[in-house]
Amino acid sequence: MKRFSFWSWLWFILGVLYFFIPLYSTLDFSLRAKRGEIGFLAYTNAFSDPRFVDSFLYSNVMAVLTILISFLLVVPTAYWVNLRLPQLRSAIEFITLMPFVIPAIILVFGLIKTYSRPFEIFGLELFPALTSTSTSSVALLVAGYVVLSLPYVYRSVDNGLRAMDVRTLTEAAESLGANGFTILWSVIFPNLRTALFSGALLTFAIVVGELTLATFLGLPAFGPYLALLGNHKAYEPSALTIVSLALTWGAMGLIQLLTRGTAQTSGTH
Amino acid sequence: MAFLDLTNVRKTFPNAADPAVENFNLQVQKGEFVSFLGPSGCGKTTTLRMVAGFELPTSGTITINGADMTYQPPNQRNVGMVFQSYALFPNMTIADNIGFGMKIRKRTPADIQKRVGELLDLIHLADKGKSYPYQLSGGQQQRVALVRALAIEPQVLLLDEPLSALDAKIRVELRLEIRRIQRQLGITTIYVTHDQEEALSLSDRIVVMSKGVVEQIGTPFEIYNTPRTLFVASFVGTLNKLACTVVDAAAGHLSFNGQPLQTGRAIAQANNSPVTIMLRPEELNFGAENGENRLEGKVEAVNFLGAIVRVTINVGGTNLTLDVFNERKLNVPQVGQTYPISFPAHACWVMPVS
Repeated sequence: MKRFSFWSWLWFILGVLYFFIPLYSTLDFSLRAKRGEIGFLAYTNAFSDPRFVDSFLYSNVMAVLTILISFLLVVPTAYWVNLRLPQLRSAIEFITLMPFVIPAIILVFGLIKTYSRPFEIFGLELFPALTSTSTSSVALLVAGYVVLSLPYVYRSVDNGLRAMDVRTLTEAAESLGANGFTILWSVIFPNLRTALFSGALLTFAIVVGELTLATFLGLPAFGPYLALLGNHKAYEPSALTIVSLALTWGAMGLIQLLTRGTAQTSGTH
Repeated sequence: MAFLDLTNVRKTFPNAADPAVENFNLQVQKGEFVSFLGPSGCGKTTTLRMVAGFELPTSGTITINGADMTYQPPNQRNVGMVFQSYALFPNMTIADNIGFGMKIRKRTPADIQKRVGELLDLIHLADKGKSYPYQLSGGQQQRVALVRALAIEPQVLLLDEPLSALDAKIRVELRLEIRRIQRQLGITTIYVTHDQEEALSLSDRIVVMSKGVVEQIGTPFEIYNTPRTLFVASFVGTLNKLACTVVDAAAGHLSFNGQPLQTGRAIAQANNSPVTIMLRPEELNFGAENGENRLEGKVEAVNFLGAIVRVTINVGGTNLTLDVFNERKLNVPQVGQTYPISFPAHACWVMPVS
């Protein structure tokens, strides 16, 4: 077995410290709500606020919707680009990188400016202003989240597709009589499980912590609640950060556990 | 009427200067095993992919059992395809892979299970139904890919270099198995390969292609023993070439470095014109007693190939390859020694100098 060298260990330890020192500091701070004592007072206070559960569940639902819509949008697109339009790959990659260049604040103002009035063509109203109801605002919010998560989801899916022989698998399925939908559903999606899982994980983390879109659309998501709490209280936001991280990791761990058996079957062809 | 009929098929890819396939005509009878043989880029795989529906011909027609398939999508052709890279679905078990096509055809689960069992028995993998592709060897995966294509009872079975990714021993075993199964089921088969040995040993007929054009269509014996073009002669099997001059065209007499040779039949070229005569290594013999033509040369190299010993002998500045059966009593020729060689008149093919 290959042994880790001194430098490998050094970089590994530095990496671990880089990630875990801030986490440990947050945890330590959240436990010191009562002067001179270590305890869970900040956690008790945070949990007793009904807005915590509501906003956290709200953001979880938004995350699930975002993940589903992203997959429905990105998987067929990336599949088609890989299979039939490889010359468009660089253009698509450029588009998916746009959220890195355009800040969320610009995105949300663009959304509000465009959709805060009825959509009309030649004086005919096709649909009303999307910001007029909370339900239609949710559509805007999820659409915004889909854009923000695009770089991560597209990259995960594209890497997953490149790891398998998309063309030959598609042709094999076609020769057996499968249509486009069956190929996507029965062959491509299942073999992308690991890639989709990592895309989902990143999307979940982005959506649960996102502040700008939800604040400006006036929706009760977890990000604005956490920011509001931070303006008024010191220890509770730290406690909630730790809780939301633990819940996110727990959820992802569960998904990984559930998909463990099948992940091995893909990519080993 | 032919079961599979390709008429004047032509394929030109966008931005390509030359057509990938030009004026391809082939009639395949039901149950026939036909191989497309040629070097890389000769158009054999493109032609196969047009039969499968993965490429559309620029012009020409393809019919199967009388039905025009030229522009039918691949999933409506009922054509089975086996790929070089197996293309088994990694997320499915072996049984699910084999049953995939039947499931699409809405066969009952009991039917599928029964048929999958029969097919697994056919390839001697009855106990592997619940395994995943990654748990099988390359040879086993390709067997599964073969019966997966057969499970849908295709009109035509297409195999695109199915043995290229396997090692030599498995390749020989599997090609015998492919032929056995094809004969057993009587399925019309097109087999693409660049391996002449595979094509010669498996096929009822061979289509030899070069640069998108059919060079010759014939049985393995015809292709090997009576090649119609210089390309076929040199691509299929090993070939010796001797630069000669016609001495008496009517009598079939030639001269090589001043030594007389005879072909046993009239030569089309005029007297004194340069020609090339071609000889298979197995037609050349050590000693002066095995044919009308006799030459002498110095042994340059001796290569032991198992059943045969391949000797390179220099005759008047031209290297000839000569095969000798490896018998226990064989006196292996010594490098640097001079030996007489002989060959019969009928072994010579005369070709004009190109």
